[in-house]
Amino acid sequence: MWWLLFFLVTAIRAELCQPDAENAFKVRLSIRTALGDKAVSGEPAKEYRINKVVFLWSVKISPNRRGILISHVLLCNITQRVSFWFVVTDPTKNYTLPADEIQSAIRMNRNRINSAFSLNDQTLEFLKIPSTLAPPTDPSVPIWIIIFGVVFCIVIVAITLLVLSGIRQRRRKNKEPSEVDDTEDKSENTITIENGIPCDPLDTKGWHINDTFMTEDERLTPL
Amino acid sequence: KQPSRRRSGRPARRPATMEKARPLWANPLQFVFACISYAVGLGNVWRFPYLCQMYGGGSFLVPYLIMLIVEGMPLLYLELAVGQRMRQGSIGAWRTISPYLSGVGVASVVVSFFLSMYYNVINAWAFWYLFHSFQDPLPWSVCPLNANHTGFDAECEQASSTKYFWYRKTLNISPSIQDSGSLQWEPALCLLLAWLVVYLCILRGTESTGKVVYFTASMPYCVLIIYLIRGLTLHGATNPGSGIGGLVPFELEQLANPKAWINAATQIFFSLGLGFGSLIAFASYNEPSNNCQKHAIIVSLINSSTSIFASVVTFSIYGFKATFNYESCLNKVILLLTNSFDLEDGFLTASNLEQVKGYLASTYPDQYSKVFPLIKNCSLESELDTAVQGTGLAFIVYTEAIKNMEVSQLWSVLYFFMLLMLGIGSMLGNTAAILTPLTDSKAISRHLPKEAISGLVCLLNCAVGLVFTLEAGNYWFDIFNDYAATLSLLLIVLVETIAVCYVYGLRRFESDLQAMTGRTLSWYWKIMWAGVSPLLIISLLLFYLSDYILTGTLQYQAWDASQGQLVTKDYPAYALAVIGLLVASSTMCIPLVALGTFVWRRLRRGDPAPVA
Repeated sequence: MWWLLFFLVTAIRAELCQPDAENAFKVRLSIRTALGDKAVSGEPAKEYRINKVVFLWSVKISPNRRGILISHVLLCNITQRVSFWFVVTDPTKNYTLPADEIQSAIRMNRNRINSAFSLNDQTLEFLKIPSTLAPPTDPSVPIWIIIFGVVFCIVIVAITLLVLSGIRQRRRKNKEPSEVDDTEDKSENTITIENGIPCDPLDTKGWHINDTFMTEDERLTPL
Repeated sequence: KQPSRRRSGRPARRPATMEKARPLWANPLQFVFACISYAVGLGNVWRFPYLCQMYGGGSFLVPYLIMLIVEGMPLLYLELAVGQRMRQGSIGAWRTISPYLSGVGVASVVVSFFLSMYYNVINAWAFWYLFHSFQDPLPWSVCPLNANHTGFDAECEQASSTKYFWYRKTLNISPSIQDSGSLQWEPALCLLLAWLVVYLCILRGTESTGKVVYFTASMPYCVLIIYLIRGLTLHGATNPGSGIGGLVPFELEQLANPKAWINAATQIFFSLGLGFGSLIAFASYNEPSNNCQKHAIIVSLINSSTSIFASVVTFSIYGFKATFNYESCLNKVILLLTNSFDLEDGFLTASNLEQVKGYLASTYPDQYSKVFPLIKNCSLESELDTAVQGTGLAFIVYTEAIKNMEVSQLWSVLYFFMLLMLGIGSMLGNTAAILTPLTDSKAISRHLPKEAISGLVCLLNCAVGLVFTLEAGNYWFDIFNDYAATLSLLLIVLVETIAVCYVYGLRRFESDLQAMTGRTLSWYWKIMWAGVSPLLIISLLLFYLSDYILTGTLQYQAWDASQGQLVTKDYPAYALAVIGLLVASSTMCIPLVALGTFVWRRLRRGDPAPVA
């Protein structure tokens, strides 16, 4: 019954609401995209009715206008898409309200309109009314600087520790005179190698030392 | 009475070390890991998949594996053997072989210096992306808004959000190489951090490097395996013709294409990092009895299999990204048609798109002709055909795929951490190539401790590397990447091979190796070193020289912000001069030092003829 009344009303005021008329806006709904399989065929009619209520409400927010009712919002050219054109007339139903007012009213209340239908800017489009995009939330200090600072400090501390321990080891080594070459590198080979044969076994394994060899040694000029 | 140590009777080429003994790897595994960590680098991930795609997928593996056996393994074994035998860095090792050839060592150090200058910038970028991966949503997944918040930034709309993030937010690239622009402090900070991390790893020489390489060598494999599992389960990864399907085609006709063989040879050559002196440096810290033949084979096999493994992962990522883009493109076309013709929402799907398009064209011809220019032809093949290599692959294509995965922050962190490990592993080798000759030289190491020498080298590299953080820095990076190491390395390795085989003497080297390791040298290596590998390198050199000469002016890709894409431009004269200088400064070292040594010896009359 609502449906019939609605058509009657729009038929009478058809001349004010035309596609591309002055002060007319096109609305596009993508219900199937929004709801997926949950959308059923009866939805569109319900959406139209609620749309009109919300339009009315949003237009009411516009301060200069009073006395605007549901019937003042005219819809026309409804397609299968679902899309339609609408105009908002003034109480006398003689002329349509200017586009700027409608535009600013809808822009301001876009979020409320969207959330009323669980739709968003892509599934409920008002052509020619650009939506204000929400800027990405920027924390006061960018996250990457925080992480950078943490890693930087850890690396600096590690370098300082290593350098200091190296200096300390070198100081300790300089204090004791040593024939055996010992260094900060634990992996260092302290066995003197000559042509691939370790020398130490010859010296320290308690082998017999040939004295003739020894005396020869003293006659040789030192290196 | 303690007998003093004495020299052996035979005139030793290496006198018994009376002072500090040479630092060694704690165990052979550290050496193998260091070599793997150095050889397995970014090229395995971002160059090899590109080559596979260009030269016929699976059929590229044939020239690749042949070149590995014929060129890669012999040359790798040669360098490791030289390092292990001479037990010195590149300058000292080549001086021992022949004093006239120490220029080869100097050239290696110069090339390594250039390489470490620009290579660490990649690590800086990896750090940048890594730190930005901890945000939700990922910063490269959304475009920033324009000034009045009614839409997205124009440049970002034209390009894509990932390209915008790379070219504008990371590089802040200028339109051409002439507009140098100002220093970007964010990449500069990341570069500083990258150098500090490298310094931390090389600070103590083999002691610190040996421990770090356990991590840098193994961690990338963990991430690659995780990515492989994830990649194979992604939608579109295993499409025939995309994804893994990219590796399956076997085009025999590509085997006849000489470019495929040349690229295979080049890839093997550069992937193993021959000629930089890093392998000589690493091997010089080995026990003389170390079985470097076995290690050479292991390292080259692991390097190649990592390349193939990384390609499988990359192809599955390609497949996913291509499918995703294809489906988005289709959805855009569907939306366009639905809105223009006011069709019922949800009526048009991918399957009936073509029929409906035909129906609309016939029923509403004038309206259709108005909409037609806007309809993009979506094709999966064209999405897949975009073969990318280099920084474009790593920072644009991969990030685009990652932003569409679930829990994208996790995948992003893993991926950039892996890139960092690969990059730092290679940097350890590069810096070792520079530092080992410096610390070997008595003149320098007497006055400065090892930590100070490393610190100075890192500081110098970092300071010069700041050039790459200018607005035009990426263009200079491309110059260094393309020209600093390519021709010079081929020449260096050629001279190395000839030096060992003909100047030092293959027989002498063979007996040295036998005395050192206790194993005889197989005939295979002898043939490769003396004959096949030098011939291969000469042919590669000739090919590249003729290619450069025939191409005429060199060109580069510049980013055009207004169009949101790359355009080709010519290099200005001073950039060409820099390129020439880069190549000349390393290659000229060889003849100049030889000449200098000759003159020096002539001046010091009475010196015996040079005998190594």
